[in-house]
Amino acid sequence: MLNWIWLGLMAVALVVAAVTGTPDNLTAGAIDGATTAVQISLGLVGIMALWLGIMRVAEKAGLVALLSRLIAPVLRRLFPAVPADHPAIGAIAMSLAANALGLNNAATPLGIKAMEELQSLNPRPSTATNAMVTFLSVLTAGVQLIPATAIGVLVASGSRMPTSIIGTTLVATAAGTTAGVVAAFALQRFFPEREEADDEQGAA
Amino acid sequence: MRGALDLVSLWAIPVLLVLIPAVGAIRGVKVYEVFVEGAKEGFEVAIRIIPFLVAILVAIGMFRGAGAMDLLTAALAPALSAVSFPPELFPLAVLRSLSGSGSLALMTDIVKTAGPDSLLGRTAATMYGSTETTFYVLAVYFGAVGVRRTRHAVPAALIADAVAVIAAIVVCRWMFG
Repeated sequence: MLNWIWLGLMAVALVVAAVTGTPDNLTAGAIDGATTAVQISLGLVGIMALWLGIMRVAEKAGLVALLSRLIAPVLRRLFPAVPADHPAIGAIAMSLAANALGLNNAATPLGIKAMEELQSLNPRPSTATNAMVTFLSVLTAGVQLIPATAIGVLVASGSRMPTSIIGTTLVATAAGTTAGVVAAFALQRFFPEREEADDEQGAA
Repeated sequence: MRGALDLVSLWAIPVLLVLIPAVGAIRGVKVYEVFVEGAKEGFEVAIRIIPFLVAILVAIGMFRGAGAMDLLTAALAPALSAVSFPPELFPLAVLRSLSGSGSLALMTDIVKTAGPDSLLGRTAATMYGSTETTFYVLAVYFGAVGVRRTRHAVPAALIADAVAVIAAIVVCRWMFG
């Protein structure tokens, strides 16, 4: 997908430049883009290091595990098909907590572990269960308490108040997550778990 | 409400920066050593995105340099303005669900161009921070357990993305407009 978007952007640029007769703007744009990319990346080093360091401390302090216990009651409502004492609940809690805290390195392995636990409850292994779709609709909505990368970009661009977006991001992500969960529950009846064999092949 | 959001924005980081190590210290964590150990990864993560950022920013730089972005935005502007959607944010809203590195580059470009403290820059940053790269997440997690029939996962996730984008635009206009 990105291959075509990438190539498409440059190809369209070339065609437009050919029509308007401004190839020098194209060259300048390319060189400027490459330079900006490195400036931004290096500008991110400090804030990434700071945040990853703090998050490692939170993990060692047991704050991640504490958060898992705090959100367990909510999880029982979101995943009614999963037994309360099933390991999937703990795995989902850890994964969501790691995501909320922006622990990207921990979030992916924990999320895969949660999916494996949910798969152990799945009678049709090639078909998603309601619990899996609900879980992933929360993950793709990307609940994050501190949007570290976006703040990092604002810092690197010389913002005077880079943390001003924390509040707005919390509202937007809460709205998106709520919509995702509601949609997951509302749509599940229209996409039955059991389906005819030809449909099974058609959907990828 | 608006005051509460401002308060969260102002105090969240300084409070967490002190609170988390304080709790760690009480629980016997060697906070300084553990912090440094975790912080080491920051350099790698930042360096890892350079090639993605160069690729996308060069392509976008050419696209914009040629004036193609202006043409595209101009073409879509009447339709988007009719629903009060800032036309400059339309490409980001589309790319956000498709590519994490691509939308990061696009968001960075908007912030650079419009200014990091402008309404547009802040809305772009909010849009970027308020959702995940949907198709990447679905591919990784369903792929990890071999699920092929994803049922309502894609429509549910895209509804969430659309609502997050609209919420970002509305709440930013309210807070910073």
